[in-house]
Amino acid sequence: MDESGYFDEMHGIDGETTRPAYQLYNDWYKSEDATRLRKKQKEAERLFRLTGITFNVYGDEKAEERLIPFDIVPRILSGREWARLSQGIRQRVGAINAFLHDIYHKQEILKAGRLPVDLVSNNEAFLPQMLGVNPAGKVYTHVVGIDLVRTGPDEFYVLEDNARTPSGVSYMLENRETMLQMFPELFAANRVAPISNYPALLHQSLSESAPAWINDNPTIALLTPGTFNSAYYEHSFLADKMGIELVESHDLQVVDGRVAMRTTKGYTPIDVLYRRVDDDYLDPLNFNPESQLGVPGIFDVYRAGGITIANAPGTGIADDKAIYSYIPDIIEFYTGEKPILKNVPTWRCSDKDSLQYVLENLAELVVKEVHGSGGYGMLIGPAATRKELEAFKRKLRARPRNYIAQPTLSLSTVPIFTKAGLAPRHVDLRPFVLVSPNRIDITPGGLTRVALKKGSLVVNSSQGGGTKDTWVLED
Amino acid sequence: MLGRTAGGLFWMFRYLERAENISRLIDAGLRISLTRSGDNQGDWNSILKTAAVLEKFHEAYSLEINLTSATDWLLRDKTNPSSVLVSIESARSNARMVRTALTREVWEAVNEAWMLISQALSRKVSERDLPAVLHLIRERVAYVRGSLHGTMLRNEIFNFARIGTFLERADSTARILDVKYYVLLPSASFIGSSLDNVQWSTILRSVSGEGGFQMSYGQRPKPREIAQFLILDNRMPRSLTFCANKIVSNLQYLQIDNLQAPPSSAMANRLLLSEKNIDQIFDEGLHEYIQNFLLQSAELARQVEVDYRFYR
Repeated sequence: MDESGYFDEMHGIDGETTRPAYQLYNDWYKSEDATRLRKKQKEAERLFRLTGITFNVYGDEKAEERLIPFDIVPRILSGREWARLSQGIRQRVGAINAFLHDIYHKQEILKAGRLPVDLVSNNEAFLPQMLGVNPAGKVYTHVVGIDLVRTGPDEFYVLEDNARTPSGVSYMLENRETMLQMFPELFAANRVAPISNYPALLHQSLSESAPAWINDNPTIALLTPGTFNSAYYEHSFLADKMGIELVESHDLQVVDGRVAMRTTKGYTPIDVLYRRVDDDYLDPLNFNPESQLGVPGIFDVYRAGGITIANAPGTGIADDKAIYSYIPDIIEFYTGEKPILKNVPTWRCSDKDSLQYVLENLAELVVKEVHGSGGYGMLIGPAATRKELEAFKRKLRARPRNYIAQPTLSLSTVPIFTKAGLAPRHVDLRPFVLVSPNRIDITPGGLTRVALKKGSLVVNSSQGGGTKDTWVLED
Repeated sequence: MLGRTAGGLFWMFRYLERAENISRLIDAGLRISLTRSGDNQGDWNSILKTAAVLEKFHEAYSLEINLTSATDWLLRDKTNPSSVLVSIESARSNARMVRTALTREVWEAVNEAWMLISQALSRKVSERDLPAVLHLIRERVAYVRGSLHGTMLRNEIFNFARIGTFLERADSTARILDVKYYVLLPSASFIGSSLDNVQWSTILRSVSGEGGFQMSYGQRPKPREIAQFLILDNRMPRSLTFCANKIVSNLQYLQIDNLQAPPSSAMANRLLLSEKNIDQIFDEGLHEYIQNFLLQSAELARQVEVDYRFYR
């Protein structure tokens, strides 16, 4: 595939014009010397390396820590574009929280027949242990990352709702820091909405979600699986910026009905735990007994209202890929409004007719595992060889429930800086959303991931994708 | 503060101190090689002994101990738990674990130290490049120490970092004395020979103490004065007394709001109480004194772990 015919966010469909949001940037770029920019690109890499903004690749012992490539050309959204996007995100995230509360309480949506019962009851992401549990302030998803793609000037699609433990926000923040250090003049010329208060907002949001009986100044801690986790940098970054303890499971213990951390002076109770471990590993007594990462008994404390766990256990039912196709119905059911953001049309392979369609049109489709993430285990039909297609058909026939299929979208492009100058590459966008009992905050912009290989549609860092700073202009 | 974080800081700074001390030992050994002709296997032997890695070397290799094999073992062998490479990697991974307790400057200094030193040690270091590599190690550790002093709050984080530093340093100085005590004894038969001048200056060089010693005691080293300098001189930042004093005051800081002082405080005080004058130390036996010091400081380190809940 080449990039012609795609919507380029800087230069439009025709590739000739410069869209208004990029006007000032384009003027600046034209006056810049390519050698200086190449130096800046190198400098950015050094800054990332020095700060230790790296991620670990599982199963790759030699290159234990890798940099996510950073591209110095920002992705720019106009204030108008962002206003509409954030309205849609707010609606969606509000509905997801209402859905989670319902599904773990009265299950009205099932009673109304708007969602098939077995889609929930037979779903691994549904946690029966959460039935009847009341999270403080009715907040389930304190932190959400909504993955969006764009196909035209006004066409945005939600690709995925990350409602469990979305990551990437540290890259969003560090990308901006790096750009501010390297190109201060750009920020003097453009009015870019600031994002640096994200850690403060997150802290506030977590504080407000503390159990109701906790008085002021709740003790908050961030639970990491440890230094070998791929997102460890982000965990330490956020704990550092929020001024809270970064704990591992062996620092924690249930003491007198509270979850407490081992300090140099004894055990101190924790009121809010921002956990970055999966549900399954949270509590070996209540969930996976093999888990080395969890805290035995934490779920019992949680159920009794002794601690807030963010995000709540069991939120995975809302970002499950099979549930995804019902999100427009979910939004309508809980808000009474039409969805503002579009879903990508999705064929559920569990459905016989859909499976037939998918098998017949595989070469044009993208197929994903229902529970997969990180771009692993997916098939991109147009890029696959005939042999790969045949192999995947066998997988589909063997375990149809395990897959969904979507049309291959013509993802928008944004230029990256290459040796030969600007070159368009496909991007997606993950805005970060904070939910408090009384408020939903959306940080302007988000994390733009970019496929660095020409023609590639896979933006995941584990598959060679990079990132960009994302600007929202204040019109 | 988390017990695990306290432990991470303690070990981060122990390992940094260790990397620095090893580079100093190699530097002293290299100097002997340059100033003397022929075989100096004995000197490298005792340097490995001082670094407490002689037995491990024999377990791992059946090589002759000489400049090449000893420096490679001390600098970059992954199976040597105290090699500079292993120490700097351990310091950095502890730093990564306690990242939230460090300022950005300290973290970047240790991260860059790790990047540059592991790069420099990624292949065998030739004799020609050795001085530059040894310099790099000490320089980079100094940067970390500098940013610690310049940017960190004087709170418990700082104190745990310092306790790790001084326990390691005291241990290192005591080992140097332990291996070389005999050249400081009055009974040594070669007094006044050029041999002990070399030995004495090796001792001083391995604690970067040549200049300081001359400033305080003059040009002609006497063994008793060298022992005085390294054991009792409280102006000398690598002497046993200096380190013990620091450990006592760092521990004191930590117990300000504790009603009862934990056992480690009493043990640290005992390190100081055993302080005598140098004549008494020689009368009662230099070697016994040092052995006893090593034993006590190792016990102290274990007690600090327990008192401040590093592991459980």
